[in-house]
Amino acid sequence: MITFEGAAKLYPDGTVAVDHLDMTVETGQTTVFVGPSGSGKTTSLRMINRMVEPTGGAVLIDGEDVRQRDPAVLRRSIGYVIQQAGLFPHRTVRDNIATVPLLLGWRRARARARAEELMELVGLEPSQARRYPHQLSGGQQQRVGVARALAADPPILLMDEPFSAVDPVVRASLQDELLRLQRELHKTIVFVTHDIDEAVRLGDRIAVFRPGGTLAQYDSPERLLAEPSDSFVESFVGYDRGVRRLSFFPASGLSPRQDVVFDEGTSAGAAADALGGEPWALVVTGDRMPLGWASATRLAGADTPLGALELVPYGHTFAVDTDSLRAALDAAVLSPAGRAVGVDADGRVVGVVSQDDLGTALWSVTE
Amino acid sequence: MIADAWDWVARVVEWGVTNWSHPGDPERGLLPRLTEHMRLAYLSILIGLAVALPVGLACARWKPLYPPVLTGVNVLYAVPSIALFFLMLPYTGFSDWTAIVPLSLYTLVILLPNVVDGLRQVPDHVRQSAVAMGFGPLRRLVRVETPVAVPVIIAGLRVASVATISMVSVASLVGLGGLGQVILSDGFRRQFDAPIVVGIVLTVALAFVTDALLVLAQRLLTPWARR
Ligand SMILES: Nc1ncnc2c1ncn2[C@@H]1O[C@H](COP(=O)(O)OP(=O)(O)OP(=O)(O)O)[C@@H](O)[C@H]1O
Ligand SMILES: [Mg+2]
Repeated sequence: MITFEGAAKLYPDGTVAVDHLDMTVETGQTTVFVGPSGSGKTTSLRMINRMVEPTGGAVLIDGEDVRQRDPAVLRRSIGYVIQQAGLFPHRTVRDNIATVPLLLGWRRARARARAEELMELVGLEPSQARRYPHQLSGGQQQRVGVARALAADPPILLMDEPFSAVDPVVRASLQDELLRLQRELHKTIVFVTHDIDEAVRLGDRIAVFRPGGTLAQYDSPERLLAEPSDSFVESFVGYDRGVRRLSFFPASGLSPRQDVVFDEGTSAGAAADALGGEPWALVVTGDRMPLGWASATRLAGADTPLGALELVPYGHTFAVDTDSLRAALDAAVLSPAGRAVGVDADGRVVGVVSQDDLGTALWSVTE
Repeated sequence: MIADAWDWVARVVEWGVTNWSHPGDPERGLLPRLTEHMRLAYLSILIGLAVALPVGLACARWKPLYPPVLTGVNVLYAVPSIALFFLMLPYTGFSDWTAIVPLSLYTLVILLPNVVDGLRQVPDHVRQSAVAMGFGPLRRLVRVETPVAVPVIIAGLRVASVATISMVSVASLVGLGGLGQVILSDGFRRQFDAPIVVGIVLTVALAFVTDALLVLAQRLLTPWARR
């Protein structure tokens, strides 16, 4: 547990970087610091490993003031990852990762074995062990940075905008990896970012910093999106927070309709009768893989099986059991029929959800 | 015309070969002058480097130190080398030190800014992450910043070594040996061009080979550097 007790940092030039910060970072959780540029996130983070000394208050780790600890020794027990990875250009990937174990006096063979173990953990190829950092892509460098921070198995991991210099696709995969690692390792992670989406995705708890270095709100992601404490937080989390919040509600709460789903062998006339007043029919194969949409007007005149008609593409689907309401809404909005196709884990159609159905569901969860 | 030129080259080469060494007298000939030249140049470069490294590290560590130190060594650089050699004579006589002390100083002047700039160009995120991993200031300087500065330091060493090798010839003016001696005593005094040409060619060749060795050293020491 990391405790900020009225921690403050006043720089000699008069800048108040952090102003009386009181908060507790829970052990084994990911706590995210978000806030606009200059709001004191990095400064607060660095108070934890004494790279910044507070000018007021204190920072405690498990009840002990960090100032009781020798800085170099303290830092070897706290992993640290930064934006440009900060890798040593003159050391191979393997030796970069082995840095802290070697500082701790491990024998070289053991440190290297540990480095190789970590390369696997963060998804690096063993063949990259002898490369130098400049021979890696930005995303790979970040993976090395994470592996290096984890090398001595520190209980605490500090990450300062670690993924903000890579492209969105790589960033998403690094975020997935971090979530996976954290499920395995249960570190106490403090993660700084500008990106509220990243914060919501990774954080168990989110601390929103305000310019001037004060804490605006400290809450779970759900509550932060549901109930921003004031207009600053509301504008910071974005006015689409309502939609974003849907990520927290599972799509399994929906009841997809079966009655507008037809096998490709059904005759158009029969389908038209069965549709009643519904404007769209979803055509599926014998084993219920989606084929596409047929409009009611198109069915009316035709006398062929549905499979022989020219169908409207079904767009992208959502997984009823694992996706969120946000994914279902997204699928409905993007669908040419205005309806989302819900599938099971194997991609077989479970049913169809219209925007109306979604509206009702959203209403009930967000009341 | 071409025949004349050819004759001239043949004469110069012949002079060089016959004067390469004298089996009877190990002190005479080109070879002893060449080894003398190498000894003076290399010792000066090594001593210059040995001083530039700690001074540079100190200047990078305690920043206010650098401007006065740099001004000091630059002033020394402005003193003509020949004057320095003469100034040294009363203290060190005709020993190697009369050449080595001033030449080391010149190497120092050239190298010092490279050492300091090399240390300063270490990217801030590299330095920060070293701090964050628990490197103390000294260990960081020795294990991280200095190795990262090596390419810049070697670049300086290449300039300094060529300059030093050519300046050893000036030391010959005061009778301190080296290939300058060949140019001077055998060439100018006797109005004879073969020794002058041979002396110049050997000096240039020595500078060239030394530079090549430094490039090789750079490859071996910094396999990580971008090419
Ligand atoms: N060494 C320093 N001297 C003076 N002021 C500083 C120093 N370091 C940071 N500051 C100031 O302290 C404030 C907080 O800086 P900090 O780096 O903690 O912000 P941040 O929230 O991490 O911002 P960003 O999102 O841009 O990284 C800023 O106004 C910054 O200019
Ligand atoms: Mg910052």
